[in-house]
Amino acid sequence: MKDTGAGITTAEGGSVGPVLMELRNITLRFGGVVAIKDISFDIREGEIRAIIGPNGAGKSSMLNVISGFYVPTEGEVWFRGEKRGPMKPYQVARLGIARTFQNIALFDGMSVLDNIMTGRLTLMHSGLLSQAMWWGKAAAEEDEHREKVEKIIDFLEIQNIRKTPVGRLPYGLKKRVELARALAAEPKILLLDEPMAGMNVEEKEDMCRFILDVNDEFGTTTVLIEHDMGVVMDLSDRVVVMDYGRKIGDGPPDEVRNNQDVIDAYLGVAHA
Amino acid sequence: MTDQDQGPAAQSIPALLALNVERYGNRPAYREKEFGIWQVWTWAEAATEIRAMAMGFLSLGVERGDHIAIIGRNRPAHYWAMVAAQMCGAVPVPLYQDAVAEEMAYVLDHCGARFVVCGDQEQVDKVVEVEDRIHHIQHVMYTDKRGMRKYDHSRMNHLADIVAEGKAGHFRYEGELDKRIAELTTDSTCVMLYTSGTTGKPKGVVLSNRNIIETARASVAFDHLGCDEDVLAYLPMAWVGDFIFSIGQAMVAGFCVNCPESPATMMTDLREIGPTYFFAPPRIFETMLTNVMIRMEDAGDLKHGMFKHFMEFAKTTGETYGMPRYRVKRSKPTLRRRWRWAWRYAMGIGFSVETMVENAVRLAIVRLRHPMEHRKHFHARGPLLNLYPQPLRDYFDYRTGEVTIFSPLKNTLGLSRVRVAYTAGEAIGPEIFEFYRSMGINLKQLYGQTEASVFITQQPDGQVRADTVGVPSPGVEVKIGENGEVFYRSPGTFVEYFKNPESTASTKDAEGWVATGDAGFFEPGTGHLRIIDRAKDVGKMADGRLFAPKYVENKLKFYPSILEAVVFGGGRDRCTAFINIDLTAVGNWAERNNIAYASYQELAGHPQVYQMIREHIDAVNRSVAQDPMLSGCQIHRFLILHKELDADDGEMTRTRKVRRNVIAEKYADLIAALYDGRSSIYTETEVTYEDGRKGAIKATLRIEDAIVAPEARIHKEAAE
Repeated sequence: MKDTGAGITTAEGGSVGPVLMELRNITLRFGGVVAIKDISFDIREGEIRAIIGPNGAGKSSMLNVISGFYVPTEGEVWFRGEKRGPMKPYQVARLGIARTFQNIALFDGMSVLDNIMTGRLTLMHSGLLSQAMWWGKAAAEEDEHREKVEKIIDFLEIQNIRKTPVGRLPYGLKKRVELARALAAEPKILLLDEPMAGMNVEEKEDMCRFILDVNDEFGTTTVLIEHDMGVVMDLSDRVVVMDYGRKIGDGPPDEVRNNQDVIDAYLGVAHA
Repeated sequence: MTDQDQGPAAQSIPALLALNVERYGNRPAYREKEFGIWQVWTWAEAATEIRAMAMGFLSLGVERGDHIAIIGRNRPAHYWAMVAAQMCGAVPVPLYQDAVAEEMAYVLDHCGARFVVCGDQEQVDKVVEVEDRIHHIQHVMYTDKRGMRKYDHSRMNHLADIVAEGKAGHFRYEGELDKRIAELTTDSTCVMLYTSGTTGKPKGVVLSNRNIIETARASVAFDHLGCDEDVLAYLPMAWVGDFIFSIGQAMVAGFCVNCPESPATMMTDLREIGPTYFFAPPRIFETMLTNVMIRMEDAGDLKHGMFKHFMEFAKTTGETYGMPRYRVKRSKPTLRRRWRWAWRYAMGIGFSVETMVENAVRLAIVRLRHPMEHRKHFHARGPLLNLYPQPLRDYFDYRTGEVTIFSPLKNTLGLSRVRVAYTAGEAIGPEIFEFYRSMGINLKQLYGQTEASVFITQQPDGQVRADTVGVPSPGVEVKIGENGEVFYRSPGTFVEYFKNPESTASTKDAEGWVATGDAGFFEPGTGHLRIIDRAKDVGKMADGRLFAPKYVENKLKFYPSILEAVVFGGGRDRCTAFINIDLTAVGNWAERNNIAYASYQELAGHPQVYQMIREHIDAVNRSVAQDPMLSGCQIHRFLILHKELDADDGEMTRTRKVRRNVIAEKYADLIAALYDGRSSIYTETEVTYEDGRKGAIKATLRIEDAIVAPEARIHKEAAE
């Protein structure tokens, strides 16, 4: 039902648009190690796409391929109807891809606000000199960006830590700040690498709510890696399951849940 | 300047609003921090918004006498919704926003609300959850639209859209609205507030315009409040206090109501706004003090030393030199006054320089004598030359303290501009009270009730003490019943309990006297009222001695490490207690004493924590023993509970008052163990998480004996 053309509707009533990114026969090798073996799938506009799989399945590598950090050894990545070649990080950011990291990568000494402001870097147009002098365009621009950032702060309910240095924050909040920074870039695709790792039940629920709200409010296409099956099944519109670098399942959560290969991969199977 | 400012007798809140637009049109009426910036609405702007909202309500078909439930945090829009409801002739019913769906269902059902204004998705979810049981809800409005996109909007709207609708249709609704506003009299219902329900189901207290406005007028005059006050609205909107302060008094005096950005930013916002009139339950003052003390422990020697020195000094001098001389004339300072200030500052600086120089010399000498332990032998003193008489010296010393310690501290706490601060709801610890007053914060106590529109007694300036609740407020008559119960009669006395004539009749007699349910007495000489306990909680012990658990619990709770205490002993031969430790204070203490712990439960059961708590209890026993009437209430045995008492588990009310019966029932096994002499007990306790799921905590609790002070009993025997 979901594979037919543009503008289909998911079971939850959210609308999913046309294909935004397509990965065709991706293979990724590091010397002799094959991290990803001939995987194809697509990401549609406005959906929450989850990638799951046991440890070492190649999920993070996959995310790095999507983000353009790794160039696949074989295969093609098509983004918004164009084939994508090797790119510099700033090019990736300008394309509209933002991500969070499995192990938090924020600037510890800077305040939450400043950290989120860095997310808007690619959207700023004033020159280095103008910014250094705090003259003309730079000042006006900062106001404009600050407004956007404040909306995100309000959205993620982190007003109370606006001016706190990130280094002093607990883990769960850091994750939220990272999400805020990724959102500040107004991404076309938001990549979340294990957004809920190491969180307690309450923090997980908050994070789930935020991811759903982000998807709902900003219509951001989200690709996420997650271990917590409950979370994945609740959140995502479609799921890709990986094991040993291969794709073993793809489809809506219910379909994937009943897939025998997936069950084997997770529960283990006797290799005769 | 205040008394004549109150204007002619307006009969209702909407009428007062119109009056304020006339008097203070361009002065700020509401502020709210949104997106990191304080947004301001003047009285004129607020009035326009409120009218538009009222017309929006009319477009939804709000009828006279309808009830409109309002559930959400303190936001201008919610206050406006209340006034807008009154304009339509409807009755606003604010609800506690942290109530679970079940509690909310009862209130919504009881008041028969047809319209509900919700703060956010969370509140809407709760209303949706109970909607299938409560069929009279017709329309739900919400102020924050995040996450609301996927809801069924046929009977649900963003409040801003309703306001827009009201604006669009103003030609159609204006006439009807003006007619309805004109119909409001002093006797029409102003608001309906539900009691927190310490016992049984919550009751809907109906308060008329007369109740609210007359009480607000009297209290505004009592404390000389003017239109230039700032208050921070952060207490639950469903609580009568917030209604009186943020709507009643704000409308009467015309001052500005500031709403924080989110509950978590309250302390920051408090600091940014710097309210001049502040209200907080003792708990807030306790938390602030605990935080100050914890941070002072981590401060450097110099700061710590100065803090200790000046706080100690201010205990005796703060009342004399510290209190704000508020209500200074607003005229420009004359040249003479400027000179006086300059002279005082110059003298003060001279004095402090003199003191500091002399102390530096003293320290140098001490250092020569005791090179290794000069800190132990050095004591800072006043100047040797002693050029000033004692009162002047105290004055200067206090001013030095003010410049170096009190002002920065008050600024950090957000209390630098406070002219009047009130605390009520529960007894406040004398040390806490003294701390704030010695810093020059005019913290006072009042005694009140929802049924009285808050004010029963309050403390006039200059007659403030920690152990009384003050003299009867203007217009209030107070008498003490035969069993010691306090009765009052006032213009603020509630109209009735909604749909509950039996309770109304049993609380309010034909002459208008209302029983408070609290036992107390007037202090001979000063005429101040002292409250002992809830009248029904004051019981007898097995041997006939008086048992007042709250009295002892309050003494215990004055220790920062004790968050809650529950004392048992009614009808028994001796008293025992449950203790709840305060995780912040005890956690910090543990950190400083190298005590490792993994959980609340482990910390609570730690032998050293027990040791500390036992010392506190021993001290309380000694102090209880002083009072011959209550010496039977000394605690013989106690245990530290493995979980915090929580409103979600029904152990406390939403206003955080202990529900004694529930606890006695739930922990019956623990109480039994307290009395049968066992030294430990294994227990399993059911807990409810915030999302409504249930779990269980298992623990083995130790029970320890406390030292009972003997004096009073000997004294009593001797007296007999």
